[in-house]
Amino acid sequence: SPQVVWSVLGNRQFCSYKMSTKTQNFCRNEYNLTGLCNRSSCPLANSQYATVREEKGRCYLYMKVIERAAFPRRLWERVLLSKNYEKALEEIDENLIYWPRFLRHKCKQRFTKITQYLIRIRKLTLKRQRKLVPLRRKIERRENRREEKALIAAQLDNAIEKELLERLKQDTYGDIYNFPIHAFDKALQQQEAESESDSDAEREEDDDEDVDRREFVEAEESELSDFEDMDKLETSSEGEQEEVEKKASHSKWKGKAPLKGPARRKRPYIEIEYEEETEPSSTTKAA
Amino acid sequence: AAPGSGPGLGHGSGPPATERVLFPPTFSVSEIKNKQRRHFMFLRWKQQQRKEKLALKKKRRKEREALGDKAPPKAIPKTIENQRVYDETTVDPNDEEVAFDEATDEFAPYFNRQTVPKILITTSDRPRGRTVRFCEQLATVIPNSHVYYRRGLALKRIIPQCIARDFTDLIVINEDRKIPNGLVLSHLPDGPTAHFRMSSVRLRKEIKRKGKEPTEHAPEVILNNFTTRLGHSIGRMFAALFPHDPQFIGRQVATFHNQRDYIFFRFHRYIFKSEKKVGIQELGPRFTLKLRSLQKGTFDSKFGEYEWIHKRREMDTSRRKFHL
Repeated sequence: SPQVVWSVLGNRQFCSYKMSTKTQNFCRNEYNLTGLCNRSSCPLANSQYATVREEKGRCYLYMKVIERAAFPRRLWERVLLSKNYEKALEEIDENLIYWPRFLRHKCKQRFTKITQYLIRIRKLTLKRQRKLVPLRRKIERRENRREEKALIAAQLDNAIEKELLERLKQDTYGDIYNFPIHAFDKALQQQEAESESDSDAEREEDDDEDVDRREFVEAEESELSDFEDMDKLETSSEGEQEEVEKKASHSKWKGKAPLKGPARRKRPYIEIEYEEETEPSSTTKAA
Repeated sequence: AAPGSGPGLGHGSGPPATERVLFPPTFSVSEIKNKQRRHFMFLRWKQQQRKEKLALKKKRRKEREALGDKAPPKAIPKTIENQRVYDETTVDPNDEEVAFDEATDEFAPYFNRQTVPKILITTSDRPRGRTVRFCEQLATVIPNSHVYYRRGLALKRIIPQCIARDFTDLIVINEDRKIPNGLVLSHLPDGPTAHFRMSSVRLRKEIKRKGKEPTEHAPEVILNNFTTRLGHSIGRMFAALFPHDPQFIGRQVATFHNQRDYIFFRFHRYIFKSEKKVGIQELGPRFTLKLRSLQKGTFDSKFGEYEWIHKRREMDTSRRKFHL
């Protein structure tokens, strides 16, 4: 009889569904109506009991009566409740007519809570879902190792410095940087490459006067020097030469007149012009 | 006696090295059961190997010197880059088809200077401090960029708004367990979307010997080693983030260096000490990216048309094959 069951399970001895915390006792039985471990809410200790449970979004009313106590398989009777909230409440009422008030009330309360959380689930699934992608440890480790090795192989500092020096040589910076030795070399090359002819005006500046020779100095922007055909509508010699593979890039002087440096002088002649330092004085320390 | 125990038994350091012991020819050091003795024999074997190798090297060097000028050139050591499987989509510099394609693709307006890049940087939901700081630093590195917090907004709804406000690019930094680990770069008016896996993120304060803050000048861009068609398109995507005209006064350079399919991003300030020497100093955040997928339209994970996805089973089989 239920009183005996309760006096054994609930009060004194062990009930495997019971979870006790500091302030309260909970009941883990899946048919429990309130979730607490009480005399009135224990499904084992009450011969007439009812619950509402939901499965796959539909709510069912489960009932247990004393007549079927001997048939555990048929113990819990299940009634599907309608999807309409009010109608389902009426169904609960008519199924649990003449049942104790407590059970009816608690069933309805539980049903309300369940419908509310079902609504919330449906709303949330419409919003963005967070997709959890599992990490594969072996693959992560492999990729990290390869990344380290690629980093070492890349020799980034060297690569960047090389590229910057290339750009300096290619005159992308125009007249900002004045390195006399640079110009002298170019003057020499100029001298050797071309035949000697008269020059009308002596060019004074080494690095200036690019504008008329090189229309596309502005267009030849640094970020595209690796891509040959981007902006250069004319086939320029420097552009073609700069291959994308870093290792193989050399800048070649083709026969086309290198534009810097004094052109057409009779004898090796260098004019060094001292200019004001245009770089900002607050230079940072170079690494 | 069992082979390999040698004439001297026992657990001491073993017989002196000068004695000659004849072992049966199919003997290997690993057959000795005694650990100490095995270890000793192994070390002896290793020393022998080293000696032989040294002798061989010396001999070769002598031969080389003896030959003088006629010596054959030194052999080039094999590296992974040397041995790389030739990719048929490698761009030939003189390829006209590629040039034509690139003149008419989604980045043509940028390269024709019709559009000015304007970047929107955002994160996934609920970013943690590290990601937030990283976003801010990234915003200082990329000029004309804005950071907006994503408070649960759907990307599909953000994108039309961005297009309406004239943004050209969208960067979404995905976060996992308080560190940024993914990057989605989307070119906005209907442009390609690239999804990267981001690793080794270093904020400015974690970089040693760094300089001061990056200034507002437009940096130069260096794109290294983007050889294939895919690499080209990714490189152009990166180039389209920065303003077309760098301000050389700022002396800042942003580098995207591709090595074995890993793209390393660095941000430096440089100074030319002489015409043959340049000094660089790292400022700004650094991170590495690995491309996971490239999509034709804007970000759409379900119905998008993917131009390239990294398929692990097919693409990770060879160690010498790279796609970028």
